[in-house]
Amino acid sequence: MSSAETMSIFSPALSARFDALVLKYPVKRSALIPMMLYAQDEVGYLSDAVIEEIAQRLDLTMLDVRNVASYYSMLRFKPVGKYNVQVCTNISCMLRGAYDIFEHLEEKLGIGHKGITADGVFSLEEVECIGVCCWAPAIQVNYDFHDDLTNDKVDEVIAAYRAKAGRADAKGESANA
Amino acid sequence: MPDVTFTVDGKKLTAPAGTLLIEACRKAGIEIPAFCYYPGLSLQAACRMCVVRQEKVPKLQTACTTTVAEGQVFTTESPEITQARKATIELLLGNHPLDCPVCDAGGECELQDMTFRYGAGESLYTEAKNHREEQKWSPAVYFDRPRCILCYRCVRMCGEGMDVWALGIANRGSSAIIAPNGGDHLDCEQCGMCIDACPVGALTSDTYRYKTRPWEMNHVSTVCTHCGDGCKVTLGVRQVDDGAEIVRGDNRDKSGINGDFLCAKGRFGFDFVDSKDRLTKPLVRNAAGTLEPVTWEHAIRVVSNKLKEIRDSKTENGGGSSIGVIGSNTGTNEENYLLQKFARTVLGTNNIDHIRTTDYAAFVRAMAGHEHRAASLRDTETAKAILLIGGNPTEEHPLLAWNIRTNFRHNTARLYIATDSPIKLERQARQTLSLPVEGYESLTAFLSGDDSALGEIENAKTFREAVNAEESLLVIFGQEFRGAAIESLVKWGLAKENVKFAYLGDYANSRGAADMGLSPDLLPGYIPVTTPGAFAEEYPNLSTQPGMTAPEMLDAGCRGELAALYIVGSDPVTAYGTDPAALKRAFVVVQDIFLTGTAALADVVLPAASLYEKAGTVTNTFGDIQLVKKAADKAGVKPDFEILVRIAGGMGADVKKLVPFGRGSITVPAVTAPALSVDFVPTPRPIPSLRGIHGDLGQSRGAHSGEADRHAVWLAARGLELRLSPFDPLAALDEIERLVPSYKLDRLNLFAGNDVHSEPGFVPVASLTAPTAAELILPAHDGLFTSGVLGDHTKALVELNSYQESISQPVAEAAAD
Ligand code: SF4
Ligand code: SF4
Ligand code: SF4
Ligand code: FES
Ligand code: FES
Repeated sequence: MSSAETMSIFSPALSARFDALVLKYPVKRSALIPMMLYAQDEVGYLSDAVIEEIAQRLDLTMLDVRNVASYYSMLRFKPVGKYNVQVCTNISCMLRGAYDIFEHLEEKLGIGHKGITADGVFSLEEVECIGVCCWAPAIQVNYDFHDDLTNDKVDEVIAAYRAKAGRADAKGESANA
Repeated sequence: MPDVTFTVDGKKLTAPAGTLLIEACRKAGIEIPAFCYYPGLSLQAACRMCVVRQEKVPKLQTACTTTVAEGQVFTTESPEITQARKATIELLLGNHPLDCPVCDAGGECELQDMTFRYGAGESLYTEAKNHREEQKWSPAVYFDRPRCILCYRCVRMCGEGMDVWALGIANRGSSAIIAPNGGDHLDCEQCGMCIDACPVGALTSDTYRYKTRPWEMNHVSTVCTHCGDGCKVTLGVRQVDDGAEIVRGDNRDKSGINGDFLCAKGRFGFDFVDSKDRLTKPLVRNAAGTLEPVTWEHAIRVVSNKLKEIRDSKTENGGGSSIGVIGSNTGTNEENYLLQKFARTVLGTNNIDHIRTTDYAAFVRAMAGHEHRAASLRDTETAKAILLIGGNPTEEHPLLAWNIRTNFRHNTARLYIATDSPIKLERQARQTLSLPVEGYESLTAFLSGDDSALGEIENAKTFREAVNAEESLLVIFGQEFRGAAIESLVKWGLAKENVKFAYLGDYANSRGAADMGLSPDLLPGYIPVTTPGAFAEEYPNLSTQPGMTAPEMLDAGCRGELAALYIVGSDPVTAYGTDPAALKRAFVVVQDIFLTGTAALADVVLPAASLYEKAGTVTNTFGDIQLVKKAADKAGVKPDFEILVRIAGGMGADVKKLVPFGRGSITVPAVTAPALSVDFVPTPRPIPSLRGIHGDLGQSRGAHSGEADRHAVWLAARGLELRLSPFDPLAALDEIERLVPSYKLDRLNLFAGNDVHSEPGFVPVASLTAPTAAELILPAHDGLFTSGVLGDHTKALVELNSYQESISQPVAEAAAD
């Protein structure tokens, strides 16, 4: 099965993007990792339905897809909050107080590592180096970086996202728009 | 590839260029440790155990991926290498529990061996081990994660070898783990190949786990009792109160026709021997009409008296022709041979048959006179091109399917499939032709050049062109072909050069049953009873009138026209749907291992030994003959061979004429052995005579030597000795070899545990008779977990069958932790 137009669980735009992506590589399965990332951006996580459709598009078994996905910590099998807060605790950030930041966030959001707030707005995660060592400590919220942090700055960042979440709710926007 | 010369540990070795160093070393007797390397599967280079030092190369190299070339110099053992391997093992043991004392693999574990060899039992790690409880993945397969060393053998075995792809690796680094396709369970063919390939005890089987240790078993290589492929299987056997039980089936020495392959049936399907439904006492129907346990002596007496009485009766419903005999698809060749000889010479009837699952008679008839045209199972692993017509190897001939896949992977064999319903092997096929269900005969016509024969089937012409373009071809066809259809297909192939044939049939010895003359019109070796040739002299009282087929016998029995039915290892009442009540008037004797539908209505039931409890030979559907050895033992049962001999004896038959054993009636004067030297004076003893039943003193030879002496002369000419016991099935094998033209055996090979191919080309063309009735063929179509009556009584297979049926809808779940 090459095109899954008929029953795709993805948006028409993403579906079309996948159709093109599959043709780009000499071996179909080379499209696997980008596909999983894009699918995760749209759906939020790699659900069984996502895995199934990707497997079908690439002529792989679902087991194959899971095996590759489980290798990468940035690919996930469970939903996260609307804003996924990833706190780097690798060496540079750690030396510059990452654990204070992490604990501060735990307290502030009332959740621990891999937790999701009750309203589903935030999730928290401790991660390895995110490549911002020179402005450590740093966090990544979805695809945005916030660096050179202090607890106060973190409060501002969180407040900003909370406000954004409120506005989005009012407008009925989708989470990852 | 040209040979190259290179040096390993100071020794000059020669091997074809491109050979893997590890293989070249193994052949030269230099063992290089390896965990992930597995011959026949793709290279992984995951474990780094096989590291060696190659001159002029800065880093240690993996011998499992290094190919040899001219002038290379290697060192395979040195303090440096030892240190590297020791470090590797230390890492592998990072999460390993070292629970060898309770592990199934303990005693035959590659990791254990290497840990001892390199002394890496101690660890510098202080971190806690990553522990996980063992998981049951299916009724057959268990996974004990901490023992896994992530060698990927199971993953490759399942994917490449089995083409099932049910195993993968999830996660990363020290939390990496083997993951089954169902999330927490396996949806697969349950072959257990992954368990066998696992170098450690991470994958274990339900049948064997925690039962015993390898050194507490006897290991007996015999032949699988299930399908017609005839895998060699090594049974692990242990003493128990009432005999010896089988605790494990595998193919540990990989020496047989099946190399490293076994399917679920061969590996797990042996618990029927211990089934509580097993018959263990002879039963005789008493006055009240119920089957009552009796002694063997009594049962044999009842049977032999009654059979003798009927045979000798001069009434209308008496005489040999009023007795019918039906033989087995799983008994040995010797038993089947003896059974028909017993029927024909002692009972005096040609009413002898078996439930035919395959039309071997028509096949051999088509092949008669054409040598080297019948394929051995081994050919399926090497043939450059294979045409598979009908049949479903993956389900019904797992070893054949394995061989075809292997051939495809290793030699890029070209596979052409013509089938009426989709089969899994199409994944390996170069071209597939979809035929209508009734289209097989038309296919032959089409292949032979009749363009209109197949009507408008897509690709038919390109398919034919490709097949015809092959310089050599192995034609494998299924039970869709019978009678004249076989003849025309074989005729098409024989017209071309380098075409070989194989015909797919069911059960461990269906081919043998047909070869040994379990048929009313054909003697052993397909010699017609109407023109018995040598058999006229060999078999006293042989009638040249063909007898009744099995269904005819049952019908005659129901009409009250058959006085007795003697049935060995067969359940015709169930197979032919006969009304049990209608058989009341006949005296029915059944020899079987279970109380089958037929046994339940018998007057005498004799508990027989299964194939795993006796010795002899069997012939697979390809005509490969193999030695069966006695593995298990069950108190109370007897092999069919012995039962037959005892009944013949009870009937007053001359047993020496039935089974050529022992010395003859004319005694040879005892000759005293001469003293070898003055110092050594041996006790005078008679030199045993090699002569036959009528001691031939050497005056006569060949045609003049008298009936039994022919056998003795034949034996003497081959340097063989007479068998000493009437219960020795090999005595019958001697006679088979002497009288059946297609069974010219290479004994050395046979007794060494190898397969020996029979040659239907040796069947004399003169012996051709009209084809047998094709409608008599009842294919069994047993699948991966069924095996006729045996399968119904094998718990492991029944469980696997219902398990696989219940998960036909695979459950999707998140990756294992
Ligand atoms: S039992 Fe056979 S089919 Fe199942 S996972 Fe193991 S190798 Fe694969
Ligand atoms: S389960 Fe066995 S065969 Fe599979 S990777 Fe682990 S150690 Fe190797
Ligand atoms: S059932 Fe057939 S394929 Fe399976 S182990 Fe037995 S002989 Fe081999
Ligand atoms: S260590 Fe935190 S960004 Fe690199
Ligand atoms: S055997 Fe060579 S790396 Fe594993």
